[in-house]
Amino acid sequence: MKLGFTAAEERFRDEAAAWLEGQMSGPFRDLRGITSLSAMLERRMLWERALGAARFSCIGWPAEYGGRDATLAEQVIFAEEYARAGAPGRIGHMGIELAGPTILTFGTAAQKARFLPPIARGEEFWCQGYSEPNAGSDLANVRTRAVLSPGGKEWVLNGQKIWTSLAQFADWAFVLCRTEEGSRGHRGLTYLLVPMRQSGVTVRPIRQMTGEAEFNETFFVDARTAADNVVGAVGDGWRVAMGTLAFERGVSTLGQQMGFRNELDAIIAAARHNGLLGDPLIRQRLAHAHIGLKLMRYSALRMLSQAEAGRLSNEAYTYKIFWASWRKKLGELALDVLGPRGEIARAAPYEWDVLPGLFMGSRADTIYGGTNQIQRNIIAERALGLPKEPRGG
Amino acid sequence: MQFIHSEEQQMIRASARALLAGYDSARLRAAMRAPGGYDAQLWQQISGELGWCALAIPEDCGGAGLGWVELCLLQEEQGRRLLASPFFATAALGAAIIRAAPPNAQRSALLQQIAAGRLRLACALAGEDGRPPPEGTAVTLTVRQGSYVLTGTSDFVIHAEGAEWLLVLAHDADNAALSVAVVPVQTAGITVTARVMLDLTRPMARVTFDAVAVAPEQLLGEPGGAGGFVARGLDLARIALAAETVGGAEQILEMTTEYVKQRVQFGRPIGSFQALKHRLADMMVQVEAAKSAAWYAASVADEDGAQLAEAAAIAKSYCCDAFYDCAASAIQLHGGVGYTWEHDAHLYFKRARASATLLGSPAWQREQLLRALGLGEAAAPLF
Repeated sequence: MKLGFTAAEERFRDEAAAWLEGQMSGPFRDLRGITSLSAMLERRMLWERALGAARFSCIGWPAEYGGRDATLAEQVIFAEEYARAGAPGRIGHMGIELAGPTILTFGTAAQKARFLPPIARGEEFWCQGYSEPNAGSDLANVRTRAVLSPGGKEWVLNGQKIWTSLAQFADWAFVLCRTEEGSRGHRGLTYLLVPMRQSGVTVRPIRQMTGEAEFNETFFVDARTAADNVVGAVGDGWRVAMGTLAFERGVSTLGQQMGFRNELDAIIAAARHNGLLGDPLIRQRLAHAHIGLKLMRYSALRMLSQAEAGRLSNEAYTYKIFWASWRKKLGELALDVLGPRGEIARAAPYEWDVLPGLFMGSRADTIYGGTNQIQRNIIAERALGLPKEPRGG
Repeated sequence: MQFIHSEEQQMIRASARALLAGYDSARLRAAMRAPGGYDAQLWQQISGELGWCALAIPEDCGGAGLGWVELCLLQEEQGRRLLASPFFATAALGAAIIRAAPPNAQRSALLQQIAAGRLRLACALAGEDGRPPPEGTAVTLTVRQGSYVLTGTSDFVIHAEGAEWLLVLAHDADNAALSVAVVPVQTAGITVTARVMLDLTRPMARVTFDAVAVAPEQLLGEPGGAGGFVARGLDLARIALAAETVGGAEQILEMTTEYVKQRVQFGRPIGSFQALKHRLADMMVQVEAAKSAAWYAASVADEDGAQLAEAAAIAKSYCCDAFYDCAASAIQLHGGVGYTWEHDAHLYFKRARASATLLGSPAWQREQLLRALGLGEAAAPLF
């Protein structure tokens, strides 16, 4: 056990903090404190490029792909300083946290050289093509098909994906699709990298309960990608896709927690303003919220330390349901602290301040990336070793 | 930054687990009925030849010089078995307060005795209403003819029966300044009356002080100057207690998981039904978060005094709630057999409730946390 940082790590902190503060009080001051995933997208793409140019975008990656080979401690420090500076949520996160680590783990040398540097430079953005109308919790029921063109130069895709966040401006998608005719379940699936800007791909926004349209339906009609844009082996896509889901529990969680901290601070400020900081019931809920947030930090440090030591243990299974459930309660606490005025929109047609936005937006947290119910099945079956659910034929 | 137990720390855990593997339900129940409510033979072994009490005591006081992280590993392993022993009262609670006191001859002598396993210490901290120390203290220390006198009643004193020394928290006549005296139980005017408590595995007693004379050298720190070190010692003890509850919670989760795999109803192991699986999953989510809370707090105890109050409040409140919820679920998931005296589930459930109460309830800890964060105070007092 060792919680502290070395002098060299503290120097890195100073460097990162100075750079971030310079950006957030200078050229990108309009982005300070922005959390919504769909606001000011054009400006935020520029911010991703600025991070990339300073090699602060993917610091844990190898230097040859645009990272810094940063240690765990340095990644922890950067996440802390990023939040302290009030820098905006990362719209490049699908590439940085999901596609990139998957390619780093399962990709060929050529794929790494082709795809990683543009992600780290903030030049290419990604979206995730997993869910389909009939493949949600039952993800292995994917029906989007890909077949090799005559001559074998290209994959040709047909099918529909859904809940594809940020697809409207993505350059590439990582797509789980069926490449073996007649296969079912986990078998016969392949993980393909597919360019989004082509005539065979159509993106149609879906309006969500917040009023925003951050996610989409994505249709592939004879969409094409090169034959070598397969990550892992043909037919081994399920294993690769599950790897991506594991990355969702990586260092990114530390950055995410910093956003949560800002939300909790806003609730505390509102409680102070409304005279509720002396209310014993509200106080208990505020303390619960603070404790939950700290526990997420401790658990993330624990998972990362385990991973760095080459060990994996069961706590990783519990992280998603913990934070998602926590944040849903935080949203409810926010509206209880705001009182009736929390239900008045900021502007027409349906514009909301941060805290009511949290109240609505957090309802998705216990659904995407595996619902709480699926998470409990996974914990019970994989971590506790209980008998599997009976499955239909 | 390395938030993970070292190889040496894992070995400490493994050897403690191996030692306690034979401490089964029958031995636990025998200890509950034994004089003083503990297993004297096992206590002899862990405090004597194994040197557990010396583990976290500084080397210059005869200890092994390891930290709270290591002591908390022993706490976790004892918690798994609901070990009835004076270890917590002596080596975690008592030694923590003594360690936190300014150095003097009394402090060194006591720590050396504890390290050598020759001393069983009980701590009279709470008053008759059981409010968490230091605010609930109902013993008074006054000066009479150049010497000190203790008067009043302390209750909820764990492992007082059979203890050789008492650490007494007392306030002055104005109910303001705090002092700590450490006196032999055999001193004239001290009466120990055992209580029958909800938790059968950690005995408690009422201790009365009828004009008990205290020599100046029996005080830890300055008279009236104990507030600071007592607060720090109590936070260390809360962290150790949190670690103990983590062990209990993990053990009861494992017991319940095994049971639902074996028990068949409707032609299937009941652990294949989602209603039960999901409840077990929720137990595991709490257990894993509780481990993070307890381990982090133990590290803070060794490394970072500035975060101590916050980390202790988080660990004590979260881990105790987690243990309680897990033990409550264990009874439910075992069905009728879980409600019997014969099954151990009730022993865990009662230990969980009593541990939550001890040294300040989870709700009280949460209130303290907000105060430590500078977020004002609630109007209503909490236990």
